[in-house]
Amino acid sequence: MANSLDAYLILAGALFAIGTFGFLARRNAISMLMSIELMLNAVNLAIVAFGSFIPDLKADGSVIALMVMAVAAAEATVGLAIVIAIYRNRKTPLVDEYDAMRR
Amino acid sequence: MRAWLYLLAAAVAGAVITTPAVLVYVLGGGTVDDALFASLATLMLVSALAVVSMRDIIRCGLAMIVCFLALAGIYVVAGAPLVAAAQVIVYIGAISVLILFAIMLTQSKAGPSSLVFQTQAVPAAVAAVVLAVLIGLGVTATDWHEVGERVRLATSELANVLFDRYVLPFEIVSVLLLAAVIGGVFIAKREEEPD
Repeated sequence: MANSLDAYLILAGALFAIGTFGFLARRNAISMLMSIELMLNAVNLAIVAFGSFIPDLKADGSVIALMVMAVAAAEATVGLAIVIAIYRNRKTPLVDEYDAMRR
Repeated sequence: MRAWLYLLAAAVAGAVITTPAVLVYVLGGGTVDDALFASLATLMLVSALAVVSMRDIIRCGLAMIVCFLALAGIYVVAGAPLVAAAQVIVYIGAISVLILFAIMLTQSKAGPSSLVFQTQAVPAAVAAVVLAVLIGLGVTATDWHEVGERVRLATSELANVLFDRYVLPFEIVSVLLLAAVIGGVFIAKREEEPD
């Protein structure tokens, strides 16, 4: 189980699907950001699994996973700053009330 | 009375997490790695479901920390200990704390905490299940040609590759992080009142 690539990839797929559900279904902007973090982690798990099972990618997988983590940190910083800035104007964290460009 | 409920919940959670390990190790005849993988995978999926389904968003954030911790354990089982350490430092140490701060800054008490889901929650659940099934089918149907045995990556080897072949992306990522931090501070900064 721990020695087959398929187990890791199916686990990553399940985590990605959970993150997709959260992104589509939650109303709170921060919940949606947390779901995006889950999806990024799922992709990272797939990358690390490929890196440790395919000999040609041995170190490259871990390096790419570290880069993805850094980019995810940048994304979280900017995303949360945007959420806080919107909250200051609209006084609500719920995304379906951000309708200024639809009216 | 309340304490008993918490104890019961803790006991149920412990049983849910240890049961797959026991099943794999004792009944399935797997190795210790298999048992660890089963237990950590269960913990990760359960806490991820808690992240997307619980009503109290602070508890969602705490469940997210548990999910990241289990994922770090899976990285160790997969043979990438440095990635696991970075996962603990970056995700649990930085991103989770950032998200918890943002939760505390944006949750007003008057907000309707009961309305957690959008109206499209049921189609979203169907779509997510279909996506998971498709990924599972695709993974099992694909023949990964060059798959070898699981190898444990030495940190010195990773460092050699990171600071030799990947040194330019490494520097670009550092510049990106700096830009993101400055941009985040600028966006979240309170604007001065015009006189």
